[in-house]
Amino acid sequence: MIVLSVEQLFKNFGGVAAVAGVSFEIGPGERRVLLGPNGAGKTTLFHTIAGSIPATSGRINLLGQDITRLRPDRRARLGLARTFQITNLFPRLTVLESVLLAIGGANAKGLQLIFPISSYRDLYARAHHLLEEWGLAGIAGRTVRDLSYGEQRQLELVLALAGQPKLLLLDEPTAGLSPAETARVVAMVQRLSRETTVLMIEHDMDVAFELADRITVMHQGRLIAEGDKDAIRANRQVAEIYLGTE
Amino acid sequence: MSARSRNAIALAAAILVVVLALPHLLKPYYLGLTSKMLIFALFAMSLDLILGYVGLASLGHAAFFGVGAYTAGLLLLRAGVGNAIAFPAALVASTAIGAGIGLLALRARGSYLLMITFALAQVVWSIAFGWRSLTNGDDGMPGIPRPNFGWSLDNTTGFFYFVVIVVAIAALLLAMMVRSPFGLALRGIRESESRMQALGYNIWRYKFVAFVLASSFAGLAGVLYAYYNHFVGPEYLSVIQSAEALIMVILGGAGTLIGPAIGAAVIVFLEDFISSMSERWTLILGVIYVLVVLFAPRGLIGLFDDFRTRRARP
Repeated sequence: MIVLSVEQLFKNFGGVAAVAGVSFEIGPGERRVLLGPNGAGKTTLFHTIAGSIPATSGRINLLGQDITRLRPDRRARLGLARTFQITNLFPRLTVLESVLLAIGGANAKGLQLIFPISSYRDLYARAHHLLEEWGLAGIAGRTVRDLSYGEQRQLELVLALAGQPKLLLLDEPTAGLSPAETARVVAMVQRLSRETTVLMIEHDMDVAFELADRITVMHQGRLIAEGDKDAIRANRQVAEIYLGTE
Repeated sequence: MSARSRNAIALAAAILVVVLALPHLLKPYYLGLTSKMLIFALFAMSLDLILGYVGLASLGHAAFFGVGAYTAGLLLLRAGVGNAIAFPAALVASTAIGAGIGLLALRARGSYLLMITFALAQVVWSIAFGWRSLTNGDDGMPGIPRPNFGWSLDNTTGFFYFVVIVVAIAALLLAMMVRSPFGLALRGIRESESRMQALGYNIWRYKFVAFVLASSFAGLAGVLYAYYNHFVGPEYLSVIQSAEALIMVILGGAGTLIGPAIGAAVIVFLEDFISSMSERWTLILGVIYVLVVLFAPRGLIGLFDDFRTRRARP
């Protein structure tokens, strides 16, 4: 079954079409990288898929269900998770608290306002397991704003993973990271279960070609190419507008 | 038994001893003032549920305080029913008005929320002020009887115990709430709404429930204050009352429950102390507010924390 299908999606800001008639599909378990120069509309496309910016027209289907008009939290509960281009965490909460929130959100049953959170043993067990699994157990008690930038980017990814999403949107997960930190994040994405389909924006060409099964190239709000790595490498139009002639 | 639960029991025992000893240690006037401190501690804690935990600034919190007090006053004095009905009815009314104002106001955030809560609370105030035939307008309604459970609340000591019990139960409920998954979600919303939404939280629902609960607890404080004074008047609903609650929370330290309680006690005490010497209480309150914002932005609790960490690592 197709995990994500986007049909004739438009997003206009005033007279400017940031996303101008985009259509594509992503199959289960796929790692798809979205390439494109700055201002191509990649992040706007992400926002319309995640629901944080409403689409002007078009259709977005997640696992066969039309989500075009759903609120972001409804989309999240249907199995869509995302990271943000600009780190968006809980600065004054601890790493553990952040992960508890991330797990709780995906399986929210009512408001749970009587018993202390520490009495939810299974929630804690899952949070500790997740932190162990992704190598953040050592910083579980630290306050998020005191973490290094690299640790914060890793936490972004772990929060998005916590709900075992069907579709994961990663917006430049390695932006601003050192080579060592980039390698760590790349390894995390590679370790992801194929139960999770991944769509990511990536500027670093090495990272993009390392992680992608297929690559889609966006330019001025439109998709101009799609194919596997070799096809994209060989595509002259892509070389001209994205890779330049440097 | 863990060290933590042992500490909790020791603390509870210490509080119990203090509560039992206070009526013997304090003159009746100061025991009465202590009751007032507790009532405003509850009012400030209820505001902090939305201000400190969710990060929603309201300049209309006195509306719920006043609606609680007026509902009790009107039912007791105009409808002639007893406290067995008037007391719960007051809680229902403040909860209902909280739901109504929440529905209208929570679309806004930041300073817009401040303005819309202010405006809606002024509507409630102007009804109480203007509807003279029902509410006596700005003369207010004197003669509100205190409830009677077989132990007299008409003496200072009896009323003090009543307030202690009611405020302790309310504070316990609030403390449970802020420690629950719901409380953590509220703090998550304060830190990042967009992230919470991306994690699947219906943030509007959380904000609304927190706002309504805060209204209920404010209403409870309002009824207690009506009993305390045997009186209710439009000043209970005024923007000054809302602002004073904001200052109590900010002075004590938003985002904790103990902070606003301390802030309330300090403000009530200073108001009483300074008013006995000068008529410029609101001016001095303003100066206190400016000093806190400049030198202790995290309030008295923040100062205390800084002091502790500085001692811990010299």
